[in-house]
Amino acid sequence: MDKPAAPATADGWEPKIVAFFCNWCTYLAADLAGTSRMKYAPNTRVIRVMCSGRVDPQFVLEALAHGADGVLIGGCHPGDCHYQSGNYKALRRFRLLKRMLLAFGIEDERVRLEWISAAEADKLRDVVNEMVAQVKALGPARLGTPPEDWAVGLEEEADEEVEGVTV
Amino acid sequence: MSADTNGQPRIGVYVCHCGTNIAATVDVEAVAEYAAGLPGVTVSKTYKYMCSDPGQELIKEDILANQLDRVIVAACSPSLHEATFRRATAAGGINPYYFHMVSIRELDSWVHTDIVEATAKAKDLIRAAIHRVRFHKPLERARVNVNPAVMVVGGGIAGIHAALTLANAGKKVYLVEREPSIGGHMAQFDKTFPTLDCAACILTPKMTEVGQHPNITLWTMAEVDKVDGYVGNYQVTVRHKPRFIIEEACVGCMECIEVCVFRRGKTPDEFNLGLNMRKPVYIPFPQAVPQVVVIDQDACIEFRTGRCKKTCVEVCAERNAIDFTQTETFDTVEVGAIVVATGFKTFDPRRTPSYGYGVYPNVYTAMEIERLVNASGPTEGHVTLRDGRTPETVGIVHCVGSRDVNTNEHCSRVCCMYSLKLAHLVKEKTGAEIYNFYIDIRAPGKGMEEFYNRVAEEGVHFIRGKVADVYPEAGNTGRVVLQAEDTLLGRVRKIPVDMVVLATGLEAQADADEVRRTFNITCGGGGFFMERHPKLAPVSTFTDGIFLAGCCQGPKDIPDTVAQAGAAAAEALALVDKGFVEMEPNTAYVVTEECSGCKTCIPLCPYTAISRVDGKAYINPVLCKGCGTCVAACPSGSIRQNLFEDEEIYEEILGVLANA
Amino acid sequence: MPDKPKVAFYWCASCGGCEEAVVDLAEKILDVVAAVDIVFWPVALDFKKSDVEAMEDGSILASFVNGAIRTTEQEEMALLLRRKSKVLVAFGSCAHLGGIPALANLWDREAIFDTAYRTTASTVNPEGTLPQVSLAHNGDRVHLPGFYNTVRALDQVTEVDYYIPGCAPTPNIIAGAVETLLGGDLPPAGTVLTPDIALCEDCPRLDTKPQELTIERFRRPHEVIADEGTCLLAQGLLCMGPATRSGCGHLCINGNMPCTGCFGPTSKVRDQGAKYLSAIASMLGFEDEAAIDRALDGIPDPVGTFYRYGLAGSLLRRRKMTPVDA
Repeated sequence: MDKPAAPATADGWEPKIVAFFCNWCTYLAADLAGTSRMKYAPNTRVIRVMCSGRVDPQFVLEALAHGADGVLIGGCHPGDCHYQSGNYKALRRFRLLKRMLLAFGIEDERVRLEWISAAEADKLRDVVNEMVAQVKALGPARLGTPPEDWAVGLEEEADEEVEGVTV
Repeated sequence: MSADTNGQPRIGVYVCHCGTNIAATVDVEAVAEYAAGLPGVTVSKTYKYMCSDPGQELIKEDILANQLDRVIVAACSPSLHEATFRRATAAGGINPYYFHMVSIRELDSWVHTDIVEATAKAKDLIRAAIHRVRFHKPLERARVNVNPAVMVVGGGIAGIHAALTLANAGKKVYLVEREPSIGGHMAQFDKTFPTLDCAACILTPKMTEVGQHPNITLWTMAEVDKVDGYVGNYQVTVRHKPRFIIEEACVGCMECIEVCVFRRGKTPDEFNLGLNMRKPVYIPFPQAVPQVVVIDQDACIEFRTGRCKKTCVEVCAERNAIDFTQTETFDTVEVGAIVVATGFKTFDPRRTPSYGYGVYPNVYTAMEIERLVNASGPTEGHVTLRDGRTPETVGIVHCVGSRDVNTNEHCSRVCCMYSLKLAHLVKEKTGAEIYNFYIDIRAPGKGMEEFYNRVAEEGVHFIRGKVADVYPEAGNTGRVVLQAEDTLLGRVRKIPVDMVVLATGLEAQADADEVRRTFNITCGGGGFFMERHPKLAPVSTFTDGIFLAGCCQGPKDIPDTVAQAGAAAAEALALVDKGFVEMEPNTAYVVTEECSGCKTCIPLCPYTAISRVDGKAYINPVLCKGCGTCVAACPSGSIRQNLFEDEEIYEEILGVLANA
Repeated sequence: MPDKPKVAFYWCASCGGCEEAVVDLAEKILDVVAAVDIVFWPVALDFKKSDVEAMEDGSILASFVNGAIRTTEQEEMALLLRRKSKVLVAFGSCAHLGGIPALANLWDREAIFDTAYRTTASTVNPEGTLPQVSLAHNGDRVHLPGFYNTVRALDQVTEVDYYIPGCAPTPNIIAGAVETLLGGDLPPAGTVLTPDIALCEDCPRLDTKPQELTIERFRRPHEVIADEGTCLLAQGLLCMGPATRSGCGHLCINGNMPCTGCFGPTSKVRDQGAKYLSAIASMLGFEDEAAIDRALDGIPDPVGTFYRYGLAGSLLRRRKMTPVDA
């Protein structure tokens, strides 16, 4: 297994956000933020895909299940998709996925879909900063729970003596 | 092809310093050392500039010396150097798609300040790549033939120059212009700075050449309606608006204009910015190309009442060039490349009401003055006010709609120089006192500063200050007062003038957004079309085969526009002349034996690349553009995507989170 | 009959349908009985746990365990049978994927107890007694199975060799699986003993599915009388066929009911719910958010729809331990 690198900050937890950015808009916005030397929170880890339409909801679950505290999907604005309509498919999946995540008890702020054009480096910065602050306020997602909590509650119970109950 | 040893790849990791661009914020040595300890990593190094020849050589040598079968470079954005390092990887003798690039500059060192955090992020991103590359497969780029024709959209000086360059190189060119004549803004100018040569004198021959060129099909009053296809093989549908004149039949004698039942024009003349009136049948300007009249449907009596005497038809006689029944028509042509040269619009100064445009009759835009000083303009070159007087004092207000957070943040780049030009011309023609109100005089470029000095020496006044207000002078003089704080003197100046010239800035066309969607390109700041790279690919767009020329990409003067148009033409030529393109092998494909034939994917493809063959989905690799939408949607996981395989993305997810 | 291979059947958290399925083999069961020696089958034969414990490890050829793992007892039995068997087979959706019982994973034990023993209208439990695992009774100590916080599929408890999917497995699937196992030419461990292709492949209604299907409105089975000849998805019914393994013989579809996904996903899918959600949402015929949301209101219970059988195996686990308003 990989050796973990040093924790991001010495004084405790920092949220980790997995970001799926489309190649044509949001990834370019991130490039532009770079060339413009804008500063934003270092918590995102960007995975480049060609289109937000490539983002399989399984990727979102996979990220959460492996310890991401949030997932950000970035695509082109409606009508601006490099592939005409991939972002609409992303939107439809996202709307349904959100319903499911809600049923799982996953807070709204943890999974976001944002339209960020290639020119909107400032929006990228603001979205990332806002999301990091919101997720920080929520605390760790801990959705990567290994099966250790299968038996939560049973240990204490086994030690309890309950008297006088007729079986 | 892969030198897999027991499933363990041999990965080379290269962490670029990029001088101090990366190394100042990311501890590159620590990152390389960390990567060295990860499974599968055979070589892990840092280098000052990986993109340099020695940097690329390093990759090549290591592949050979250490039998590397995967290469990772952590450096700038893949949009800059992915191709470079793929070539270096191929030079080492392995498939270029065994390479993966990690951005630790744009995505990391340039956007963060804390070296600990930035270093940790770089490690995460590189770890993801290390996870990912083991799933990389050798891929080949498919070759697709290229249609040698080129379309140029926009017939201003940029489009004209690009079209001529391509046509002279022997390529078929379709030049599409939405106005009745080509020429664009340049045709409206009187003289051009800094040389003061006459715009028409240098433009008209080029316009004529376009009209007569055997390789150019010129479509005026036409707009691009739809663009289908892909690089090398675009199908462009062009919409022709009715001119109500049969172009081939009209000889440009203009007798119809003469005999029109309107004795005087009643419609503001667009070319002269409404400073005079034109008739319903008109030719936009004397040198128009094509030399063909046009009928304005909204003004023509025949269209409005159906009861016109039609003297025009009468005089046209057997030429029979007038056709009131024309309707919109469409043409679809195939081209290999497209040059977008759709130009700009000037700022509407009504948006800054304090300058009084549209309120005080003697407040003009610079473009109006261009027409007033022009010998073929509405006043035949006499600079007169609307009441017929010749102005004795003229104030030129710079930066109207430019360098202003309330309107446009950008500098329009040409206004200082054209203001100086107009100052010179107006002074020459009227002897008036001219006051320039400026923020800074921007005169970079060949001959520009010299021209500034010349105009200053001619006695034109320069007041460094932004005009805050324009109001009528007391006492009904007809003059207006320009009020500004002179920042050099440190006091408020109030200068009464007869004429105000607003040096309006350049903006993206009002429909730039629609046009951008039609061509599948991007708008940057201010709505101007975005180039692929501001320095290294200034005329390319993110859509292969679509190039930019002129002010649609950003404000620029005529020399720069022509230079850029030449560059765009050269890029288009390089593409179509080669005869083929190599497609990025990021296409989706169906694993046929796993496909249930459920048809979910078929309607999702915007390129109709998916069809059903023998009950299973089939993706035509030539039509597939690699968006991956079908891959994400396939309910049984039977569609995969080269370069973006599920496994590769899952591994990236695991990789960035391995430390979470 | 010392030479006949020994087999065992056991049930964990299940409805009993899987047991029925075995009996449903009808006369074929006689072939099975003739071929094997059933050493343990609590629902039908009077063998005890102690009989199994007494066997040598690995002496049973195959144990067929149905039902999910909810209690300590079920886990204990699963581990015991694993130890005693050469081959452990997860039999039916609950053992395979968690099944219907795993839908309870949206809530934790406390919430479930609260509902079952405190808050439902029909509950009379003035002392608030909850299930116990150990209690004193007349001076003796009585031990009862503990109720885990979460329902698990069998392979989340112990190593599983093969899976026979289905709620319940269909006779043809069972007979085929038994034949495979007795035949000795065993497929690789971990194999699901049905074709690794989605149900649409040989669906009798596939040809009626439009090539360019977009869905504008979802309907639930009770809301329409579906046309018996037409693809159910094309009628707005959420048929899980495109995302579900084939092999069942289209029993539900032949009964004019949409597939609910009991055979689980194909091997290339990590999360059946997320994957099918992706496919279904992609098919929606809308581009603006409000219209999309209105259409999605037609899926009132997305988890119950997309994870009807697969929640235990979802990549995601619940976060909140209290019921969530849907």
